[in-house]
Amino acid sequence: MTTATSHVELRPGAYADSVALLQVSRTLQQLPGVATAQVAMGTPLNVDVLAQMGFDVPAGATPNDMVVAVRLTDDAGPDALAKAHAAMENALATRTESASEEQAPPRTTATALRQAPDNALVLVSVPGANALVEAMDAVEAGRDVMIFSDNMRLDHELALKRAAAERGVLVMGPDCGTSVLGGIGLGFANTTEPGPVALVAASGTGAQQLLCLLDHAGVGVTHALGVGGRDLSAQVRGLSTRAALARLDADDSVELIVLVSKPPADDVADEIREYAAGLGTQVEFAFLGAGRPDLTAACESALGALGRPVPQWPVREPATVRASTGGHLRGLFVGGTLCDEAMLIATAELGPIRSNIPLSAGLELELGAGLTAVGHTMIDFGDDELTAGRAHPMIDPTLRLEHLARTAADPTTCVLLLDVVLGHAAEPDPAALLAPAIAAVSQPVVVSVVGTAADPQGLERQVAALAEAGAQVHLSNAAATRAAVALTLAGGPR
Amino acid sequence: MTTPTPQLVVGVGADLFADAVAGQAVDVTRVDWRPPMPDTADDLATLASDPLRSAANEQALAAMLGVQAMLVDVGPASEVLGLQEGEFLHAGPPIEWARATGPLRGALMGGAALEGLVEDPEDAVRLFEAGTSVSLEPCHHRNTVGPMAGVVTPSMWMFVLEDPTTGRRTHCSLNEGLGKVLRYGAYGPDVLTRLRWMGDVLGPLLRTAVRAHGPVDVTGILTQMLQMGDEAHNRNRAGTLMMLRDLAPAMAMSRADSADPADIAESLRFIGANDHFFLNLAMPACKLALDAARDIEGSTMVVAMARNGTDFGIQVSGTGDEWFTGPAQVADGLYLGDYGPDDANADIGDSAITETAGIGGFAMATAPAIVRLVGGTVSDALATTRRMHEITLGENPRWSVPILDFRGVPSGIDVTRVCRTGILPQINTGMAGKVAGTGQVGAGLVTPPGEIFPAALVRLAEKARQRRRTR
Repeated sequence: MTTATSHVELRPGAYADSVALLQVSRTLQQLPGVATAQVAMGTPLNVDVLAQMGFDVPAGATPNDMVVAVRLTDDAGPDALAKAHAAMENALATRTESASEEQAPPRTTATALRQAPDNALVLVSVPGANALVEAMDAVEAGRDVMIFSDNMRLDHELALKRAAAERGVLVMGPDCGTSVLGGIGLGFANTTEPGPVALVAASGTGAQQLLCLLDHAGVGVTHALGVGGRDLSAQVRGLSTRAALARLDADDSVELIVLVSKPPADDVADEIREYAAGLGTQVEFAFLGAGRPDLTAACESALGALGRPVPQWPVREPATVRASTGGHLRGLFVGGTLCDEAMLIATAELGPIRSNIPLSAGLELELGAGLTAVGHTMIDFGDDELTAGRAHPMIDPTLRLEHLARTAADPTTCVLLLDVVLGHAAEPDPAALLAPAIAAVSQPVVVSVVGTAADPQGLERQVAALAEAGAQVHLSNAAATRAAVALTLAGGPR
Repeated sequence: MTTPTPQLVVGVGADLFADAVAGQAVDVTRVDWRPPMPDTADDLATLASDPLRSAANEQALAAMLGVQAMLVDVGPASEVLGLQEGEFLHAGPPIEWARATGPLRGALMGGAALEGLVEDPEDAVRLFEAGTSVSLEPCHHRNTVGPMAGVVTPSMWMFVLEDPTTGRRTHCSLNEGLGKVLRYGAYGPDVLTRLRWMGDVLGPLLRTAVRAHGPVDVTGILTQMLQMGDEAHNRNRAGTLMMLRDLAPAMAMSRADSADPADIAESLRFIGANDHFFLNLAMPACKLALDAARDIEGSTMVVAMARNGTDFGIQVSGTGDEWFTGPAQVADGLYLGDYGPDDANADIGDSAITETAGIGGFAMATAPAIVRLVGGTVSDALATTRRMHEITLGENPRWSVPILDFRGVPSGIDVTRVCRTGILPQINTGMAGKVAGTGQVGAGLVTPPGEIFPAALVRLAEKARQRRRTR
């Protein structure tokens, strides 16, 4: 229902990417007379979010329709809606470059590559259903491609990686948002010095955790090749992992390769170990899984292999210590691998943990409006189902912030565990919104900040703001999780 | 050896990621990506992963670009096509009299009178309604292309073009000039008189001249005329004069075969005064090239675009002779005299074969002299040619555009790229009057109905899936 102060409109066939729409939404939210506003493509998730915000989205909104929702304040002037509309049109229009039509930008990857140098690289972040077509343009043109898009179908990933293997091209991704090539970060990547270590990563935030821990230990990483979260699954069978290992093995500057992955399929892990054994370069394995070392431990053994000392992993204590009062641990993550790692560590102490990306069947959360469940829970806000048609939580903190407030209001929440991931493409100042939210809750909060001193957001500034707000801040996600578990146990059962 | 640092990153999707790369002092090319045409994403993905597609398209493009079209003969359709009494060819995909619009009906009526099947063209209506003694068939099905209504009858004289490598041939009638002409649906006494003169005088004279001169390199003339300001669809002035230059001496010498000097002079004057005379050579030259790209399994390249005044149809290399059709549109353009949009018939003619081959609307940038005739500015023309590169597989190195740094014309329309970008082929066209007998009312720009490309895509994807299953 559109009341006098609430306006919802569908724009069929209009399209803008989720990041652009996030910026438009923020522009609208800041206008005088606007109580709240959301401009988003009409995916089921976004329609849900709009419903939670109290907007009545017309039935029949499809993911191809742009939904414009604006609620005015009671004291908004008579022309506030018209002004909001004008501001929106302006915000939508300014994102297109102002090149004359005569020299219009290319409309497909194939066209863009016609004039590109041989070592051009393609970075794909279109919606997952459309990613194969653009990425295949790169493979056919003999160029490496990084797919940031998530929600890519498995058969599309297989087709692409098979075609790439035939042509000697590297496919990075999908569902692993991090790569570094010759020091250039693609997707979410931290700023590190060049050095003797190279990463192959079937895990985006796993790669970032290693980049940052190695950086803290004074060891540089020149290349981090993200191969996609499913690459070591029974279906994909390490197609890109092999190509990446071969590529790095041929690189004389690489002394040690670290292969990091979410839990791989056992037989695929064996095949890859065998393949790696045949290479000239030493390969260290950081495969997450029950009974296996966590990422921090894997980093420590890589340092050992290089003959480097293991440093003290930094911890910043909160400005004011909060006592835990008993109840459950609630983890809210933007990094999937960090969430996995935290669950593996916490399960050993606390027992089963419910999640939208559970370690074992039967522990799934009911997704949708609530995302809540009894017991210990950990949510990955970067999971495909929560990013369909909207920006990744490392860019758009809205969903996690909303849930943070709701979770803190739950009397059974005893400790909150969060991650903050810095680096290229991530939020420009995550602490700016997170610190006030942390300050507003009463429970103990433990945060792992994945970042380096050279990252655009400034590691020290972020850590200081979070600690000032009341959080205990770690660089190691494993250490943060252990601290959170200890606080939960200290609070005792409720 | 080291893993190189990328020199350039092509970013497709969210600007944020391109921004992050640019922030690291790396050159970035941003793709202006938009979602594909509705409901095409799955089929596009199927075709993207079809192992045949890439090589099949390369083969189709190379086959098209490899053809040399030579004018080798001129002769009546009864002879060169074996067209029998009562057989009528027409432009575009198949159609029956009941669905034919004014210009096609008018041309068929005039054609029936020309063949002596009726005294008065008006009497032909009953003949076609009955349909017992006459038959309609697309020109394309008989190695022929026809401009506008494209009606061909047995007594009409045809150009015969041949690819010397394969001996394959294509055909087209002789151009009648502008205004009240049969191809625009006019069938008055003047129209029939001119057609009879073309059959009695012009055709035989051209045959003598071509046979005496030897094959004329039509592809070569196209190469030159594109550099002289013709796009070879709505402007053929340079091409016409170059052809005249080649054939005029031989035409003059046909006096030795006892041709009347007055007929020779009249023929030279007729051709020289008709800027579109060469169009009827450009069209079969394009068809000859595109036919070489037909029937390549897995190819998504368009090999024909044609309209019959009711339907717009395309044929695609990987789907054989199947037509994918939708309603023909009315062109947007300028009108002759007092005519206006209400007088114009929907788009008609096989002449979009020129755009299919990369000239006409696709080569607009090379023809600044006509951009206003077809309702545009010079910068629109440059933009149009550049835009057509988005939906084509490659460029024609032979046919280059000086003002675009001699870049080759965009060649080989790709169904998948049309569906991905939503950019429709741009066609330069004449407009025929809606009412049979009117003739030309204007000229302008038109595009195919968008839905025929997704329709072809569906069929291409079906075939790809079938191949995968039986592999």
